[in-house]
Amino acid sequence: MSDLYNVSSSPHVRSKVNTSNLMLMVVIALLPASLFGVYNFGLRALLIILISVASCVATEWIYKKAMKQTITIGDYSAVVTGILLALNMPPAISLWIPALGGVFAILVVKQLFGGLGQNFMNPALAGRCFLMISFTGKMTSFVLPSGASSKVVVDAVTGATPLASLKAGESVDVLSMFVGNIQGTIGETSVIAILIGAAFLLAMKVIDLRIPLTYIGSFTIFIAIYSIAGRGGLDVNYIAAHLCGGGLMLGAWFMATDYVTTPITKNGQLVYGCLLGIVTAVFRLFGGSAEGVSYAIIFCNLLIPLIERVTIPTALGKGGQKA
Amino acid sequence: MQKNTPAERLYNGIIGENPTFALMLGMCPTLAVTTSGINGIGMGLTTTVILTMSNMLISILRKAIPDKVRMPAFIVVVASFVTIVQFLLQGFLPSLNAALGIYIPLIVVNCIILGRAESYASKNKVIPSIFDGIGMGLGFTLSITLLGLLREFLGAGTLFNVDILGKVGYEPITIFILAPGAFLVLAFMAAFQNKFNLGAAKRGIDPSNSVSCGASCASCGNTMCKGRRS
Repeated sequence: MSDLYNVSSSPHVRSKVNTSNLMLMVVIALLPASLFGVYNFGLRALLIILISVASCVATEWIYKKAMKQTITIGDYSAVVTGILLALNMPPAISLWIPALGGVFAILVVKQLFGGLGQNFMNPALAGRCFLMISFTGKMTSFVLPSGASSKVVVDAVTGATPLASLKAGESVDVLSMFVGNIQGTIGETSVIAILIGAAFLLAMKVIDLRIPLTYIGSFTIFIAIYSIAGRGGLDVNYIAAHLCGGGLMLGAWFMATDYVTTPITKNGQLVYGCLLGIVTAVFRLFGGSAEGVSYAIIFCNLLIPLIERVTIPTALGKGGQKA
Repeated sequence: MQKNTPAERLYNGIIGENPTFALMLGMCPTLAVTTSGINGIGMGLTTTVILTMSNMLISILRKAIPDKVRMPAFIVVVASFVTIVQFLLQGFLPSLNAALGIYIPLIVVNCIILGRAESYASKNKVIPSIFDGIGMGLGFTLSITLLGLLREFLGAGTLFNVDILGKVGYEPITIFILAPGAFLVLAFMAAFQNKFNLGAAKRGIDPSNSVSCGASCASCGNTMCKGRRS
């Protein structure tokens, strides 16, 4: 009898998806961009990724150990944070800078607010912005891609990113921006590699199109309006350059879709995506620096409680006309 | 400790009800001017002088000031002293005056000064009020000097403008002398201070000088508190 009856309370149907394999899928999805970064900028890029991941995982382990809590490095969320942080680093950065960024991202932004699920903004982006404010010169010094053959990137020629050239009014080569053979941070240069990873996440149903499409869509519309109103005509090349340049693709597919820092409600996600596009475009077009994705995302992260509050669906039986 | 004695007032201001970490008052200058230890000391001592003088004068005038217009009266008293101190700073310490800038005139509306005038000086005798001002001022000075030193150390690698970390190749983490750094360092200091004091409260030690809650028992909802004063 005891073999036949298995008495338990609900839920009876369980999904096999858990945090660990969800995060592993994100890691796999980030591999194309990471590999392209290593191919593009040499082995130093790989070293930066490894240091950043090690720093994040070690910080999480030490904090959990010191606070006598369950060790949570097995859910790979710290690995994802580490990879995303590294992909946002310029390839010639001093090696201790990603390590410091990892400590800040995990300790201050994630663990002090209660760990995974409680962080109020994306830890990797908060770490990046912390480093941007602290070491502005080093964080915005981009070298030309040198190929995997060279070992020392430090000696390579630095140059403006296509986005900075675009802001300065120069013309840029959109095709190489799409392929990724340009200056930039380790992971943001190749649109193709990022889209391959994003397609994997979509196929595995880890993310849906709602936030990335509204983000990129509202951004495109804003840039198009600016192009017509401010530059005297719809310049497709200009819009394409803005779409392929900088961290927009990496941000839209991998960082704006972070479960913890996106609205739960479906309408809220649409609002969030539109807001991201507009804020990013405003930062890029009217801000001091050429790039605005990081600041736009953490800024919109802070608005999520408000977005959720106005988009919360009415429960069945509530609302409606009062008799 | 007997209440309202000079020693008790000094202890209360520096430790018991430290304006920065217990009362969380005067956050505007605390966050804005503490980019270095020198600025912290300058702001703290300036506030101390004004706080002591205004506490004294308000205590002397406490029976003459009508209750309904006490706030404007306090402001006039504080503003007079701020004006005097600002002229003195402009005359004798122009560099400090330049560093503190707008925050000198803003001392007029500093919550610590108005708070002490309202809650202490207008209800107590002159001598305890003077020492209350000195104690609160010194507590404020110590807190924001410490905050300034920490920010200066992390954000510039110096202590009181003496190079400490630059020699060993330290790259200053500039964020700490910018606005976000003020919030970060203040939050960490308050967190450590809370950990220390709340730990004592949990163990059942009587927090008769309850630093963590600001000792405002009358408006406090925690009836379980062992240090509760009715």
